[in-house]
Amino acid sequence: MSLDVAALREQFPILHRRVGNNPLVYLDNAATTQKPQVVIDALVDFYTQCNANVHRGAHQLSDEATRRYEHARDSVARFINAAYREEVIWTSGTTEAINIVANGLAQLLREGDEVLVTELEHHANLVTWQQACRRSGATLNVAPIFDSGELDTDAFLQLLSDKTRMVAMPHVSNALGTVNPVKALTARAKEKGALVLIDGAQGIAHGNVDVSDIGCDFYAFSGHKLFGPTGIGVLWGRKTVLEDWPVWQTGGEMIQDVSYHEATWGALPNRLEAGTPNIAGAIGLGAAVDWFSTLNISDVQAHEQHLLRYATEQANAVDGMRLIGTAPDKIGVMSFLLEGAHPADIGFILDKQGVAIRTGDNCAQPLMKRLGIPGTARASFSVYNTTEEVDVLFKALNKAKMMLA
Amino acid sequence: MQLPGTDEIIDDLAFFDDWEQRYQYIIDLGKHLPGLPETERTPERLVKGCQSNVWLIANQQDGRFQFEVDSDAVIVQGLLALVLAAYNDKSAQAILDFDIDGYFTELDLENHITPTRGNGLRAIVAKIKGMAQAA
Repeated sequence: MSLDVAALREQFPILHRRVGNNPLVYLDNAATTQKPQVVIDALVDFYTQCNANVHRGAHQLSDEATRRYEHARDSVARFINAAYREEVIWTSGTTEAINIVANGLAQLLREGDEVLVTELEHHANLVTWQQACRRSGATLNVAPIFDSGELDTDAFLQLLSDKTRMVAMPHVSNALGTVNPVKALTARAKEKGALVLIDGAQGIAHGNVDVSDIGCDFYAFSGHKLFGPTGIGVLWGRKTVLEDWPVWQTGGEMIQDVSYHEATWGALPNRLEAGTPNIAGAIGLGAAVDWFSTLNISDVQAHEQHLLRYATEQANAVDGMRLIGTAPDKIGVMSFLLEGAHPADIGFILDKQGVAIRTGDNCAQPLMKRLGIPGTARASFSVYNTTEEVDVLFKALNKAKMMLA
Repeated sequence: MQLPGTDEIIDDLAFFDDWEQRYQYIIDLGKHLPGLPETERTPERLVKGCQSNVWLIANQQDGRFQFEVDSDAVIVQGLLALVLAAYNDKSAQAILDFDIDGYFTELDLENHITPTRGNGLRAIVAKIKGMAQAA
């Protein structure tokens, strides 16, 4: 059975709007995905039916809110195959999730310790570790990639040593679409005794993320790239690691006993969730995960691969078009350059034709520098995109070529 | 090449009825600016926009500002020409007195030309005004 994309699109109200005189062709999914009606309903329903603070009210609304909120945690735990529900920590997004780990790590690192990342990182999974190393005197190693955007795994393994305390790598590169062999690399890192964090910002929406199978210690992702609301994300962490992890923010919710001069910390997940959480956001993300789980994941992946292949074939036929990122294992993203045209100009002209893409450094300045380019134009695909939309993209690109020649 | 005045640009742009013509006009306007040789594109002259780079050089002569700009994107270069049409060869006081927001509104930038977001236009305006203020 294949994915019924037309029926799927019906569930996304925004996909029916127009931009100027053109139907919206939304190809900026790696930045954020659109939201299905069920997610929008979950948010509206929470605020219209049971808005209350969680975990503390002596009344029915608070009980209902708490139930929905904790149900969302169960949904996420099931979705990523977490062993325990309390391993799912709500954060504001991938960036905060990585910051919780990096800030904790900075307290544990000593001079002589090493942290290993890759040249593929976007800023969230680079600046965090870079600063943790600066604060602690540890060394940051950066595993190189080939020009195709594929990780040089031999070089990566050579940089792994028993000094390596943390390995942090993207599941999928946001700028290039490269899929990393995270399971195999995690196994090698664990042999050396390192902790492993997978930046799942781009990996999560393409399905089949199984944290138990990967074997990592942390997996971080954002709700808004997974059809959920903005401002909510997840840090999944292995229970035995998270239980003792240095606390992040302090305040309400995360404590056990408090006196004026001392405090003790509560149990997971609360010890890493200070203050009133983003309740509606968590419930919205739970709805997104429940919705996404109803899709047949191999159909989703087949559809996305088909879109990428279809776009890549057309790109290869365009004179002067150069694809950036040609790793054999790739998903969701087509970054490119057009000879003689700046990505920003391409973006402006596509926008006038209703086609939404990303242009610029893709929040990965060092990667762009490594590839010797100032930035790219990036079209990124999701489950609801169609081959007809890819055709519109290329028609719009053709116009850009003509105007910018 | 001499840039047209701001009133002339407003009139010209109002004349076009589709976006392609407007964009073509803006791109052509950018070609009035000579640009800067690679050696002049130094980091301290860089005004960083998120999507493209813009370089700005300012000189003062007889109490008037002379600006040279360059961008690596042609539409941004055209937008810079719109700004220079307003500010070039003006005194500090004239720069501060000029109603740039009113000018952008008259150009109908938000609706017909890619708006001022992310393209460094706002940053350039702020930088030029800052120079005028300090003069």
